[in-house]
Amino acid sequence: MRITRKAEFSSSHVCARPDWNEEQNQRVYGAAANPHGHGHNYILEVTLEGPPDPVTGMVLDLKTLKDVINDEVIEPFDHKHLNHEVPPFDRVVPTAENIACELWKRLDRHFPEGGARLQRIRLWETQDLYVDYHGPAGRGEAN
Amino acid sequence: MLEVTRRYHFSASHRLHVESFSDDANVQMFGKCNSPFGHGHNYMLEVTARGEVDEATGLVIDQPALNELVEGAVLRDMDMKYLNEQVPPFTQGAVPTTENVVDEIRRRLQARWADTFGAAGPKLARIRIIETRKNEFEMSCG
Repeated sequence: MRITRKAEFSSSHVCARPDWNEEQNQRVYGAAANPHGHGHNYILEVTLEGPPDPVTGMVLDLKTLKDVINDEVIEPFDHKHLNHEVPPFDRVVPTAENIACELWKRLDRHFPEGGARLQRIRLWETQDLYVDYHGPAGRGEAN
Repeated sequence: MLEVTRRYHFSASHRLHVESFSDDANVQMFGKCNSPFGHGHNYMLEVTARGEVDEATGLVIDQPALNELVEGAVLRDMDMKYLNEQVPPFTQGAVPTTENVVDEIRRRLQARWADTFGAAGPKLARIRIIETRKNEFEMSCG
């Protein structure tokens, strides 16, 4: 059984490598390389997988998941400039791909083996773009 | 591995009709979708690419190149058109069900995919069309 909780955060970012010149960054990242930054309303979907507990009927208390997302994602990311305020994006380009991988790392440690496990991170950057990450080596991918 | 999905939008009309069927059989098979002059949808197309995150750029796919590919191979040809009368293979008898439209888009994108992204680049993973708020059609592409 899989359960998914959504959360939203609004952040600004710049997609550019400091060791590249402006032209190179423009070519790879387009408008997202604007050095002044720009922002998105990111929508995060966190999916956990596990058997429902035979007593409670729940895979996990969604309040627990909500609290973890709040502590690990919303508090540090919401209304922040990712490059300036949220490590590792002071040295890692905050593309949607890299943000999804970072969110997996932050959330995965709260759901160790033996209980509900993190199965998928879906991160919507805009209404027309989202990335899906199933963890290193595709751990959470459905067979 | 990570999947990146980009959504695109096109508006087109179609009519579900099989020439070799009688009028009654067409109505029975396709109902309102057989209406003689066609009808239209705002199609939402999702194209999903799958690959490793490039260590230097933090990206899975060159998105401007993907946009250009979808624009050139699909949107320019299908947006604001009557599929049955203007868009092959639906002009040649293929019924423009959304299943067939998904498969045609897969065929068009796969034909140019390797030239656009290289043999070692990201792969085309999935095509999905959201035809209306109630109907979705999805195909894995390998």
